[in-house]
Amino acid sequence: MQQLIYFFRKFKYFLFFLLLQCAALSLIFNNLNFHKSKYVTSASAVTSSLYNQAFSVSEYFSLKDVNNELLLENTDLRNRLRRRQKITILSDSTLVDTLKYFQKYTFSSAKIINNNFTRAFNFLTLDKGRNDSLYKEMAVVNGKGIIGITETVSPNYTRVQSVLNKNSKLNARLKDSRYFGSLKWDGRDYRVLQLTDIPRQAPVKIGDTIETDGKSTIFPEGILIGKVVGINNDTAVDNVIDVKLFNDMSNVGPVYVIKNLHKYEIKQIENTVNE
Amino acid sequence: MSKTIYFALLFLFLVLLQVFVLNNIFFLGYVNPYLYIIFLFLFPLKKDRFSFLFIAFLLGLSIDVFSDSGGIHASATLTIAYFRLFFVKVFFSKYEVDYPFFNLSLEPFGKKFNYVTSLTLVHHFILFSFANLSFENFSQVLLNTLYSSIFTLVLYFLVVYIFSKKQ
Repeated sequence: MQQLIYFFRKFKYFLFFLLLQCAALSLIFNNLNFHKSKYVTSASAVTSSLYNQAFSVSEYFSLKDVNNELLLENTDLRNRLRRRQKITILSDSTLVDTLKYFQKYTFSSAKIINNNFTRAFNFLTLDKGRNDSLYKEMAVVNGKGIIGITETVSPNYTRVQSVLNKNSKLNARLKDSRYFGSLKWDGRDYRVLQLTDIPRQAPVKIGDTIETDGKSTIFPEGILIGKVVGINNDTAVDNVIDVKLFNDMSNVGPVYVIKNLHKYEIKQIENTVNE
Repeated sequence: MSKTIYFALLFLFLVLLQVFVLNNIFFLGYVNPYLYIIFLFLFPLKKDRFSFLFIAFLLGLSIDVFSDSGGIHASATLTIAYFRLFFVKVFFSKYEVDYPFFNLSLEPFGKKFNYVTSLTLVHHFILFSFANLSFENFSQVLLNTLYSSIFTLVLYFLVVYIFSKKQ
């Protein structure tokens, strides 16, 4: 007993150091887990409200760029709307409002109040949360392409797992040939992602467009991602293709959060046991 | 008592400075200084180290909460806080009796430089290793450590030079 007390007295600082270090390590590993991260996140009340204050100032510096971006997107959407209207007027059959009965996705807008892109595991913070009916595992995109997937949700703020995260894995396909693979990031260059598992017979050229594939319940079909900048022609197993993002992840403005209305139904039918 | 308030204010100031200014510099695209560790250089040496270790942990954790990095800053800061006395012994040959009279700004520049540089390098190396969390991009970790350390040290010596009282 004497020995034990002596031991504790001699190494009390080291034991205290070990205790705190263990706490820090468990936080590190919990943070990387998509389903467990909830304690130390920027979606907590104090940090996110501070970020919100800072953002309300810095927002003004990028207003011009953001306006231009939105103007381009509006032009694109208006053009598409015109095309659609013409078709509806010409058709002489009964009009069915597809939006009303067959809507699968809803979009809501949000702003990024904190963004990081220099580490191997990056996250963003949005200024909307559960009160604005944002939940876990919803897609986050902007006019140019994909941004990430929502992860931790607090009443007023949301943390997003960026596509620039080594844990992130998205379903993507070639726009022309529709061969699909999974999109990952190797943690090196924040402009370039890696598309893997594309079949070898798929015709890929430099400059081909990559878009999301509708096979997951998170991202809708056909959202732009980037273009092919490098093809790995050696005999590697996973056939890596380098994809340059259309988005500049170091400079993103307003975003849209996409909710899949059929998610529950799809999950339910996928999880039924085969008999 | 005024010393406690001074360090509490310094703590707050360094966290806010790090999170809202220094974390957004991205010199050459990715190099950031981590100046908040000067808190550990300035904190007085004491025989009782529980409070110091705990404050160092809290300092790192508050940076982590803001930058969504789990506990990497907490872990790195705690480590150099624990090994600070060892480096004090190595570079300044000071022992327990000298702690109350120790003042970093009165030490010769060469010794001070070695002390600050080694603590900064250790801190940044642990920080970037945990941020990367694999051996995959290890050269990138070393480069990041080097560049960020240089940036931090330049800033530190500039701050010391500007705020030092010249007779």
